[in-house]
Amino acid sequence: MPSVAGYVKKAQEQGVPISQVVLEEQAREQEQPKEMLEEKMRQMLQVMQASAKEGENPQLRSQSGLTGGAAAKVMERARRGESLCGPYFGKAVARALAVSECNACMGRIVAAPTAGSCGILPAALLTIMEEKELPEEKAVMGLFTAAGIGTVIASNATVSGAQGGCQAEVGSASAMAAAAVVEMMGGTPQMCANACAIALKNVLGLVCDPVAGLVEVPCVKRNAMGVVNALAAAEMALAGVESAIPADEVILAMKRVGNTLPATLRETAEGGLADTPTGRKIAHSFFQHEAL
Amino acid sequence: MNVFDVIGPVMIGPSSSHTAGAVRIGNMAGALLPGKPVRAVIGLHGSFAKTGRGHGTDRALAAGIMGMLPSDSDIPRSLEIAKERGLDITFEEVELDGAHPNTALIQLWNRKGEMVTVQGASVGGGEILINSIDGMGVEITGNQPTLLVLHRDVPGVIAGVTNYLAMNGVNIGGFKLSRRKKGDTALMTLELDELPDGSVTDGIRCFPQISRCVLIAPLQ
Repeated sequence: MPSVAGYVKKAQEQGVPISQVVLEEQAREQEQPKEMLEEKMRQMLQVMQASAKEGENPQLRSQSGLTGGAAAKVMERARRGESLCGPYFGKAVARALAVSECNACMGRIVAAPTAGSCGILPAALLTIMEEKELPEEKAVMGLFTAAGIGTVIASNATVSGAQGGCQAEVGSASAMAAAAVVEMMGGTPQMCANACAIALKNVLGLVCDPVAGLVEVPCVKRNAMGVVNALAAAEMALAGVESAIPADEVILAMKRVGNTLPATLRETAEGGLADTPTGRKIAHSFFQHEAL
Repeated sequence: MNVFDVIGPVMIGPSSSHTAGAVRIGNMAGALLPGKPVRAVIGLHGSFAKTGRGHGTDRALAAGIMGMLPSDSDIPRSLEIAKERGLDITFEEVELDGAHPNTALIQLWNRKGEMVTVQGASVGGGEILINSIDGMGVEITGNQPTLLVLHRDVPGVIAGVTNYLAMNGVNIGGFKLSRRKKGDTALMTLELDELPDGSVTDGIRCFPQISRCVLIAPLQ
């Protein structure tokens, strides 16, 4: 089984970032040249950029009418320089919303690791790239680091909301983004592991409770939370803050928490926000319209 | 594990199970009908019926039938495109005993009146499982090249097909046979390690007891 500690150890031994270890491992496993895999990952980044752009359209609305236009509002505020924590923060939140809204409105996205959590990595990576004026190459390699972390989570726990709740989707995406941002900012492999651990710890227990069973409420806004959490974790890790519980143990804890979540809180739309008076009302009116 | 299973696939939203998986079920049904479909009756079961429209499941299935991939930006417009192409699609809610909550039952007709019935489930993360073809039980994921052989249930047909594949250097990774009743029509499902070229299926079609042979490339 792959482990975060395993990646950190290999990276330290070879004196390279985690992304290099992941890239070389994949090139071996898939029997493909590294350049081809890098090119494919670059295409993923480009799709992410396109989704972020598409999601900024203020006219965007989902089929249910529950989603659309949030990213445009936040981005507008950020561009006017009114964002609470500076334009950088506003843009990260706006992009997480944009990509998630693009997804909800049947736009094209990269599942990262899932469609429901697709806004977090693009928001973190694209915003860091822009703000810190990093070359595209850094973000591409950041995606390999994120993918390495995601592989560990998917192999040892789960990235499916139906199995592990939202912690497994938004939590995993947040942990992946945190590690990627740390590497892009020049942090050490161990710092990446710390960021991953901190981000996932923060959302342990988060339930999957989509209103009317749609990937909209609360999924879209949880993506915004996911990127803020990732940046907070990266900030701590880059400052040298360590996670008391190692990343691999946090991942296993996430799995165990997921296993103990009742089925009502694992994407069945029977608990949490889906089971509030308003949530039920939305579902009811939606299903009436939905009747085929 | 492939990194592009974690960062990827590129897909049209909003749901890997209700949208991307639905496209793939449609792909499989479309691939099984000889020629172009002119009519489709699509039964939606369970969650597909309940939240299908909000997730674009209807449009995803229609897009899949017409051969679009899960990343095709025409998916949201697929019902209009179907009309333009002269494909008449009807949706209905169905109750299928013991079926996975995300199941579709697709009936397709071509211009000659030939038809195929495919039941498939979207089992999560865009993965699918085709459960039955023309009422015969199968287990097809679409992740491997798959060879479907419809034949008369008589001795020696299976040996003939597997020997022929062996002679052509094609390795079989999975095998399933289902039949309506002894001596009637039977369906062989073979998962292959690599995609053979068209001459292999042409060769199999020459076998006297074989009425149809379809090779399905791995779905995207």
